[in-house]
Amino acid sequence: MKKITLKMWKEIDGIIQRHKEKSGALIPVLEECQSVCGYLPMEVQERISKGLNIPGSTIYGVVTFYSFFTMAPKGRHIIKICLGTACYVRGGKPNLESIQDEFGVETGGTTGDLRFSLDSVRCIGACGMAPAMVVDDDTYAQVSKQNIMKILDGYK
Amino acid sequence: MNIENKIIINSSEFYFKSGETILQVAERNGIDIPTLCHIKGYMPTGACRICLVEVKGTRNLLPSCATPAAHNAIIETESERVIRARWINIELLLASGHHNCLTCEANGDCRLQELAYRYQVEKIRFPESISLYPTETSNALIIRDFSRCILCGRCVQACNEIQVNRAISYGYRGVTSKIVAVGDLPLNESDCIFCGECVGVCPVGALIEKPSRFKGRAWELKKIKTTCPYCGVGCQINLHVKDNKIVKVTGVEDGPPNFGSLCVKGRFGYDFINHPDRLTVPLIKENGRFREASWNEALSLVAERLGEIKLSYGPDSIGVFSSAKITNEENYLAQKFARAVLGTNNIDHCARLCHASTVAGLAIAFGSGAMTNPIADIEKSELILVTGSNTTEAHPVISSFIKRAVEFGRAKLIVIDPRKIPLAKFATLWIRQNLGTDVAWANGMMHVIIKENLYDKAYVESRTEGFEELKKTVKKYTPEYVFKITGIPADDLIKAARMYANARPASIFFAMGITQHRTGTDNVKSMANLSMLCGNVGIPGGGVNPLRGQNNVQGACDLGALPNVFSGYQTVSDAAIRERMAETWNVESLPASPGLTVTEMVIKAGEGKIKALYIIGENPLVSDPDLNHAEKALANLDFLVVQDIFLSDTAKIADVVLPSVSFAEKDGTFTNTERHVQRVHKVINPPGKARQDWKIICDLSARMGYTMTYRNSDTIMKEINRVTPSYGGISYTRLEKEGLHWPCPTVEHPGTPRLHVGRFTRGLGLFHPIDYIPPAEVPDKEYPLYLTTGRVLYHFHTGTMTMQSEGLNGLAPECFVEISSEDARNYNVKEGDLLRVSSRRGEITAKARISDQAIRGTIFIPFHFAKAAANKLTNAALDPVAKIPEFKVCAVRIEKAWVHGEQR
Repeated sequence: MKKITLKMWKEIDGIIQRHKEKSGALIPVLEECQSVCGYLPMEVQERISKGLNIPGSTIYGVVTFYSFFTMAPKGRHIIKICLGTACYVRGGKPNLESIQDEFGVETGGTTGDLRFSLDSVRCIGACGMAPAMVVDDDTYAQVSKQNIMKILDGYK
Repeated sequence: MNIENKIIINSSEFYFKSGETILQVAERNGIDIPTLCHIKGYMPTGACRICLVEVKGTRNLLPSCATPAAHNAIIETESERVIRARWINIELLLASGHHNCLTCEANGDCRLQELAYRYQVEKIRFPESISLYPTETSNALIIRDFSRCILCGRCVQACNEIQVNRAISYGYRGVTSKIVAVGDLPLNESDCIFCGECVGVCPVGALIEKPSRFKGRAWELKKIKTTCPYCGVGCQINLHVKDNKIVKVTGVEDGPPNFGSLCVKGRFGYDFINHPDRLTVPLIKENGRFREASWNEALSLVAERLGEIKLSYGPDSIGVFSSAKITNEENYLAQKFARAVLGTNNIDHCARLCHASTVAGLAIAFGSGAMTNPIADIEKSELILVTGSNTTEAHPVISSFIKRAVEFGRAKLIVIDPRKIPLAKFATLWIRQNLGTDVAWANGMMHVIIKENLYDKAYVESRTEGFEELKKTVKKYTPEYVFKITGIPADDLIKAARMYANARPASIFFAMGITQHRTGTDNVKSMANLSMLCGNVGIPGGGVNPLRGQNNVQGACDLGALPNVFSGYQTVSDAAIRERMAETWNVESLPASPGLTVTEMVIKAGEGKIKALYIIGENPLVSDPDLNHAEKALANLDFLVVQDIFLSDTAKIADVVLPSVSFAEKDGTFTNTERHVQRVHKVINPPGKARQDWKIICDLSARMGYTMTYRNSDTIMKEINRVTPSYGGISYTRLEKEGLHWPCPTVEHPGTPRLHVGRFTRGLGLFHPIDYIPPAEVPDKEYPLYLTTGRVLYHFHTGTMTMQSEGLNGLAPECFVEISSEDARNYNVKEGDLLRVSSRRGEITAKARISDQAIRGTIFIPFHFAKAAANKLTNAALDPVAKIPEFKVCAVRIEKAWVHGEQR
C-alpha cells in the first residue's frame, strides 16, 4: 500500500483548511486530495471527515459513487488507452492488450511496483490521432504495439 | 384558507395551504395514496415511485410526496395508468432481491407485502436478481439483510434527519448500490450507536431487531403503550408481548415527546424485565446468608424491627430512600409512610445526587424548580446553550431535537463543557472551561452583556428584581479575569455572550455538569440569572431547562419524596399545610422539622444516629460519592431493608430484601423532565411472588398499625389530586390519550407546558448576585489530574437494568479511563493499558481509552461499573443548600497497573 507521507498530510490539511467554510466543499476536497495521494484510502477520508465535519458514511458514499475517485492506490503514471470508435477500428484494443500482457495488469488495475495504472477510455476527442494513448498529461498519436513500449520506457 | 388554492382529487374539490404536497392534501382529506419511502414530516426523497399520481395535462406520472399542490390541478390517485405504474414498480421491487416471506420478521408488518397484496402482484415476470452482499449479523442488536433491501432510503433519512446520528449513507452506484456505514464497515465497527431508528422505519425485513428474531409473528404479539423506564425524556414506547415475555420495543410514533424515536437503551435494553435473576421471593438474612421467606414472615419482621427501633431511638432514627424509578403513586405512598407511619421527614431519593441543586436554585429564582419549557420548544430556539450535559449519551432523544434544530432549523449551538462531547460537532462554538468554574463564566458572560448593553431592559425592569446587586457582583468578572479562573479565552467568552444575548429566543440546557458541584445551587442560579437577563424565561423556545436523569425523578420530587416538602412542594414546616395533610391522612400530627437528605442519612448512619434504612429501588453502594465511606456507614446500621427487582450491591448487605415489580408489571404514572405526567401500563405479570411497590408499602403500613386502603394506583392518584394543587386535575382518563404538563390544578385545566409566562411562579424573577467559589478539591503535586465522572450511552446509572442485556454489555463491556493523547504521552500510556487511578479516598483500575474528547489535565470515568466504581474516587463535599455531592470534580493520580508482573 502506498504510504501517505508527512508532506502529503500537510497538503491534505491545507486543502481542508482552504475549503472548510465553503458549502459543497466535499467533492473539490476529495478531488484535490486524490491528486495529492493518488487515491483516497480510509485514513484520508477520516481526516477529511473530521476536518470538514462531514460524516464518514457520506464521504464513503460519494467516493464509491463517482468512478473518478478511487480507494486503491494509483500508479505513478496513468495510461489511458482510447477505445472510442475511431481508435477502436484502428487497433486500440490490441494496443491495450499488449500493455496488459507486458506489465501483467488488468484494465482499471495498477502494476505491483506502482509504476503504471491502466485505464481504457471512450473517446478523448482526438480521433485524428487514432489510435491514441494518453500517459499522464501527454497525448500520443498513432500508437502501435511497436512504439508503445518505447514511449512507456520514458515513464519510470 | 386561500380561495385560489383549490385542487381536485378524484373528482372532489379540496383546498390546500401553499407549499402543501399533493400527498399531504390527500392524507388530510382521508384519500389513501400508498407510500413506501416517504417519512411523514420529513423531506420527500421521491425514491420509490409508489405514490405516483396522474396530474391532468402532464405527460408523466408525478410522485405525490414531492409534488406541490397547484391551483386547479386535477389529480387521479387510482386511475388505470397509475395502478399499472405502481404494479410494475412493485414487481420490479419484488424482483430486486430475495423477498421470501416465510421466515421474514416483517411478515405481517411489511409495506411491500401489503402493496403486493393490494395491487395483486402475483407473478413476477423479471428474474430475481442475486444478492451481492451477505447478510450482516455481526452485532447483537441489528441484522442487515441486504437481499431484502429495496433501497428506499428511509433508514438513511432516519439516521441523518431524524436522529441525526449520520452513521449511514448510500454507497456505490447502479446495481451495486448499498446502504453503507463509514468505509462500508459492519455497524458495530462504524459510527453507528444503535438507536435503531433505521429498524423502526424500515418498511420491509431488511433491518430487524436481532433479539426479536423468531420470538413471534407480528399478529401474535400484544402491543401495549407505556413509558420508557430509563432517562427523564419519558419516551412513549410500545412493549410487544408474547407469553408474558417482552419480545420487542418500538417507539410510539404519533405523539410527544419522542414521536417514535428511541435510543439504544429504550429499544434494546429490556432484557432485565424477564431476566432469570429477578427477585421472586422475599429474602431474610440469617447468619450472614439469605434464605427465602414468605411475605407474611418478611413483612412482619420488617414491621417489628422498624417498630422496635422507632420505640427505642425515636422516629428520626429511621430513614426512607424512595426511588426515581417507581411511579408517582408509589412515591406519594412512600412519603406518606415515612411521615404518617414512621413519623419522620427522613425521606429522600436519588434526586439528591443529581438535581437537588436545580430544584433548590430554580425554586428560589423563579418559584418553581423544574424545566421551564417543553421539549418540543427546542426546535423553536434561535440559540441553544448546552452546558454540563452530555446530551447525546444521557438524553439521546432530546439530543436529536437539538441536532435537528441546528442542522435543519435556524438554531445555533454553544456547548460549554470540559470534554469535547459529541454534541460539540454541531456547535458553532465549543468552549472548554476548567472544572467547577461555571459561576465564573456565567458571570463573565453577564458582565459582557451588561457592559455592551445587550440585555433586555424592559424584561429586567418589569419581570425581575435584584438586578442592581447582580450588576455590582458581575462587574469584576471581566473576560480577562474570567480567563484566569476558567481558562476560557476572552474572545470566546465575548463571542458566546454576544451570541446568547443577540438571539431571541435563546434556551439553556444543563444537567449534572452544572448541578453536581459543591456550588451546584449557585451554578443553577447563575443559569437562571443569565436567562432572565436576556428575557428568555417564559417565552416559547427559551427557558432554563434542567435535563432530569431518571424516568421519574421529576415525579418523585413532585410527590414529596423529599425531606422538606409534601407532594406539590408544600413545605413541612408550614403548620397549616401540616394540619391539612394530617387531617387527610387521619393522623394526629406530622413531623414539623425537615428531615435528612440521602447524603446526610448515609453520614448519620456512619455516626450511628440513623439506625434503620428502608431503601426502595436505589443502589447507593454504587451511586454514592466516596463509596468506601458509604459502605462502612451502611454496614453500621442496625437494620436495612431493601426493596428492589434485583439483588443489587446494596440489597446484598440488607437484612431483609423485598421483591418488587418492574415498570412493565405495574400501573401508574411517571413525570418526565418537562413535567409531563404520562401513563405507565401493566403489560405482563410479575415473576414469582414479586409484589407491587405500593402494595408492599400498604402491607407494611398495616402491620405497623396504620391502614392504607387503595384498590389500585388510580385510587392513589385520586388522593394525590385532593392534596396536591399542581396535580389536582390529572386523572387516568385524561392521561390515556396523551400526558399532561403540571401545574394542572383542575380537571378543566389544559396543563402548563411552559412555566412563568407573563408572571413568575414567585411573582418577580429573582436575580442572585453570586461569587465564584473554587471546587473543594483541585489538582496538586500529589494528585495532579482532574477527574470528572459521567455516563455512557449504553448503560444507565448503576447498571442494575442495562447490565442484564447482552447487547448493551457487548457495546460497553467495562469501565474505562478516558484520557487525552497529550496526557497519554506524558504518562507513557497506550490504548488499552490498565491504569490505576487513585484519589485521597480510594483507587480503582480500568483500561485507558485515548480520546480527543478528553482535554489535557482532565480524565473522565463513567460511574456505572461496580467493579471499577468511579465513586470510590469522588469527593463527598456537599453543596451547603442542596446537599448534593461534588461528583464532577476531584483530584486524582494515575499510574500503570501491573498484575502478576504484567500489564493486563
